[in-house]
Amino acid sequence: MTWDITEIQKWSWKKHPLGGIINDPGNSRKFETGGWRAFRPVRDENKCTQCLICFVYCPDSAILTKDDKIADIDYRFCKGCGICAQECPMDAIKMQDETGN
Amino acid sequence: MNSLTKTAALVGTDAVAEAMRQINPDVVAAYPITPQTAIVETFSQMVADGLVKTHMIAVESEHSAMSATIGAASCGIRAMTCTSSQGLALMWELLYIASGLRLPIVMPNVNRSLSAPINIHCDHGDSMGARDSGWIQLFSENAQEAYDNTIQAIRIAEHPDVQLPVMVLMDGFIISHSIDRLDIQDDASVQNFIGTRNPTYSLLDAQSPVSVGTFDSLYGYFFEFKRQQEEGMSNALKVIQEVGKEFGSLFGRPYGLFETVGMEDAEYAVVATSSAAGTIRTEVERLRSKGIPIGMVKLRSFRPFPAVQLAKLLSGLKAVAVFDRSNTFAGNIGGPIFIELRSSLYELEKRPRIINYVFGLGGRDLSVELVKKAVSRLIDIKPNEIIQQNVYYLGLRE
Repeated sequence: MTWDITEIQKWSWKKHPLGGIINDPGNSRKFETGGWRAFRPVRDENKCTQCLICFVYCPDSAILTKDDKIADIDYRFCKGCGICAQECPMDAIKMQDETGN
Repeated sequence: MNSLTKTAALVGTDAVAEAMRQINPDVVAAYPITPQTAIVETFSQMVADGLVKTHMIAVESEHSAMSATIGAASCGIRAMTCTSSQGLALMWELLYIASGLRLPIVMPNVNRSLSAPINIHCDHGDSMGARDSGWIQLFSENAQEAYDNTIQAIRIAEHPDVQLPVMVLMDGFIISHSIDRLDIQDDASVQNFIGTRNPTYSLLDAQSPVSVGTFDSLYGYFFEFKRQQEEGMSNALKVIQEVGKEFGSLFGRPYGLFETVGMEDAEYAVVATSSAAGTIRTEVERLRSKGIPIGMVKLRSFRPFPAVQLAKLLSGLKAVAVFDRSNTFAGNIGGPIFIELRSSLYELEKRPRIINYVFGLGGRDLSVELVKKAVSRLIDIKPNEIIQQNVYYLGLRE
């Protein structure tokens, strides 16, 4: 079943499926958690050796790859946990304060 | 009556186990030792003897019992468990999950006191603590009602307008361990009455996958879901009566939200629940035979609380005494039934005077003599009398 939740924030209590059941699995993709982030990982392409350790460790699948290489960081979902920066053996990822400080 | 009826002499726990055998739930998950009661002992014997097809899961705690029952019920099947006293207390956080997920779990609970001090006997402190957990709570006066309520609870819980778990309550020892005469319907009639469960979803349905037990605190629809639960509970008022009426037409024992004795022309009333109603009825009938205009209301449905219906019934009476087999420890303002009933009467133009008897904690016996003492105070109340003392502790060593 495809579930149209575009107006969900305006729904009456009568409209929600009973018990908070989600009958359209996978729609967590529509729930962008990037807004939680206080620190943003920034990758230095010159230092990065494409070992992909950050890709393995990222709990939010926010390290995007293309042709077995890191293509980008998906800031729509990255919560800024810093695990990628911690694990990077080349020190190629820095955590940057989102407020610019 | 189109149902074969068999008369039996059973202890309350065996009467409920027999109801469970006839319901034939798909899964029963239960903790097998104290504070569990003989309901599970007898039922597991039935499973072992092949008398029922239920998949029985013996778990390591009541917390796990309710967890496993919730998991099973999420799969769209019929799942039951049983508990009592400390066992119910250990289930606490899961009770809210069962009702929050709108799972129609039926759970007989043998009402026994909560420690400390350690006691094992009857009072309603265990289930009363769960009164805001979103479960329907039906009291039973005797083994017959415990049997009948267990069967009706399946229909009430699974009704599309309700979809809430139900606790079937019976008094520890007084009902659970005493042999009582009761009528048992034949298996086919019980099966026809309960029908099959039509779940709105199933966790195991790969064709229509669902997520159950989801996280909801960011956008925040929690409030909306809680409002839905309240609606289910309000709808249950109607459904309990419909199911009770249908049960009566098939088996000759109709049920409602409460039962009344002599309320047609009563000026005084006693409101009570469960086994105490039997003792109180004896005294009420004796007084009526002497011409005293007194009646009794035996509350069956505590959750939902039939506030409007009770207010209508009690409007214009001179005085009402409420018997509570538990206390709220809220500072001497009475037991839970008293507090809720008094609140229900607030809007009435002709409010009766109202007093409360907290009695029977930890299994303290309620004798007819004690009821006599309580009722003599009740019928002594004058209209418009200013009540100095609302709450009495009946049978307490003062």
